[in-house]
Amino acid sequence: MAYSDKVIDHYSNPRNVGTLDKSKKSVGTGLVGAPECGDVMRLQIEVDENHVITDAKFKTFGCGSAIASSSLATEWLKGKSIDNALEIDNMDIVEELALPPVKIHCSVLAEDAIKSAINDYRAKNGLPLFELEKSHH
Amino acid sequence: MIKTPIYLDNNATTQMDPRVLEAMLPYFTEKFGNAASRNHPYGWVAEEGVDYAREQVAKLIGANEKEIIFTSGATESDNLAIKGVYEMYKDKGNHIITLTTEHKAVLDACKHIEKLGANVTYLDVESDGLVDLKKLEAAMTPETILVAIMYANNEIGVIQPVKQISAIAHKFGALFFTDAVQAVGKIPVNVIEDGIDLLALSGHKMYGPKGVGALYVRRKNPRVKVTSQMDGGGHERGMRSGTLNVPGIVGLGKACELCIDEMETEAKRLSVLRDKLENSLNELEESYVNGNINHRLPHTANISFKYVEGEGLMMAMKDMAVSSGSACTSASLEPSYVLKSLGLSDDLAHSSIRFGLGRFTTEEEVDFAIENTKKAVLHLRELSPLWEMFKEGIDLDSIAWAAH
Repeated sequence: MAYSDKVIDHYSNPRNVGTLDKSKKSVGTGLVGAPECGDVMRLQIEVDENHVITDAKFKTFGCGSAIASSSLATEWLKGKSIDNALEIDNMDIVEELALPPVKIHCSVLAEDAIKSAINDYRAKNGLPLFELEKSHH
Repeated sequence: MIKTPIYLDNNATTQMDPRVLEAMLPYFTEKFGNAASRNHPYGWVAEEGVDYAREQVAKLIGANEKEIIFTSGATESDNLAIKGVYEMYKDKGNHIITLTTEHKAVLDACKHIEKLGANVTYLDVESDGLVDLKKLEAAMTPETILVAIMYANNEIGVIQPVKQISAIAHKFGALFFTDAVQAVGKIPVNVIEDGIDLLALSGHKMYGPKGVGALYVRRKNPRVKVTSQMDGGGHERGMRSGTLNVPGIVGLGKACELCIDEMETEAKRLSVLRDKLENSLNELEESYVNGNINHRLPHTANISFKYVEGEGLMMAMKDMAVSSGSACTSASLEPSYVLKSLGLSDDLAHSSIRFGLGRFTTEEEVDFAIENTKKAVLHLRELSPLWEMFKEGIDLDSIAWAAH
């Protein structure tokens, strides 16, 4: 299968690879997927007192599309409020990276990772959690 | 300068040897006759080409030329052997034994005859990929008519103990069929010494053309018969009708001849290169060679690089044509069934890469492959949360993963 130029770009020069200190109250961590399924994403956000995401980092075990989806997600997250960040839809990722149908699950995983990281931050800061949609992929 | 991507997927297919092409060319043009035309020189010339090829194929596997049935390839040979033996011998018994690590052409042919009333035992292999002979013997019954076990595995290259397998099959009065696609032309295969009753081989896996293969069917001790799966003009002693693919057959013959002459030196050269590749890549932390390393094809290496995913890894290895046991698509999230049969966990199966060296692989290419694979693994481990956790001493099995 041929990858789109954008996938190749994110894969070859991934943005925001790394680790934030998960013990900090201002950091939310989402760890989604499973090794036996061939993809695991860890996405972390650092949030300021105004609930705006100031930094985002990821590490992903998976195919090129999974890596690109999480790399793109970190780019999109920076500067967004945690409420606006929830509006990132997996189909936006699919469109931006021109993912083929067999790789849509990678974008779903990235959306799950965003929501899971935000929820982790909310839990740490005594904010009400929102309901995570159960994704099927 | 080497030409990229370098081809290291010779278990999937091989580049045709230019000497094979040269042998084939006249049979497309001036020697175009139908090998079944008995009444004029056009037919005779084509038939001569086919007859010579039949001798070359037979010689490579220690058979008699009358025992070679030409087919369209190994998938057809596998189907003809399994379905043909079942139909021919089903009154004698309906039990067939095969392995879970067989090629899909064998497994799916077995699934087909199950629907027709066959009882098929799919034996698991041991963690090194080899069959346990005691388990095979224990699975044999008076109803067993066929044991279908591959000579060498396509994904991990392990060579099954065919001599002992055939002895067990014969002790119980069953026939022994082997899919020898990966072995023929690469290592010595002899149907007499190995006690083989039926054997499938393919042209394009040994530097010959695609679309042609053969089934060896023993004529003596015992005389084996298979029911034709393709009815028509009664070609190939009635076992496989259809106008013969003369250029393809001539090419297959030539490919076999070249293997007879060059196999021994080639196997030595390739095993040195393969070992170099494997030893160098094994220097990477947490890399594991899959399959028994003592009973193995000389040109195949299957290695799992833990904590990186195979498909992602292959993308970083874009200057190399290799294959992975991972299949990260929504259609099939399942990794290689062969690797899973060895008892590999799904994550290790997802992390595997198969390197298949061949006649045209150079040392320079192997050095390039070593360097680039190492770079790719290190790049992906930098990105891998699992690698980071492993390095921090976190037991990955202790985490409640959300399987999806």
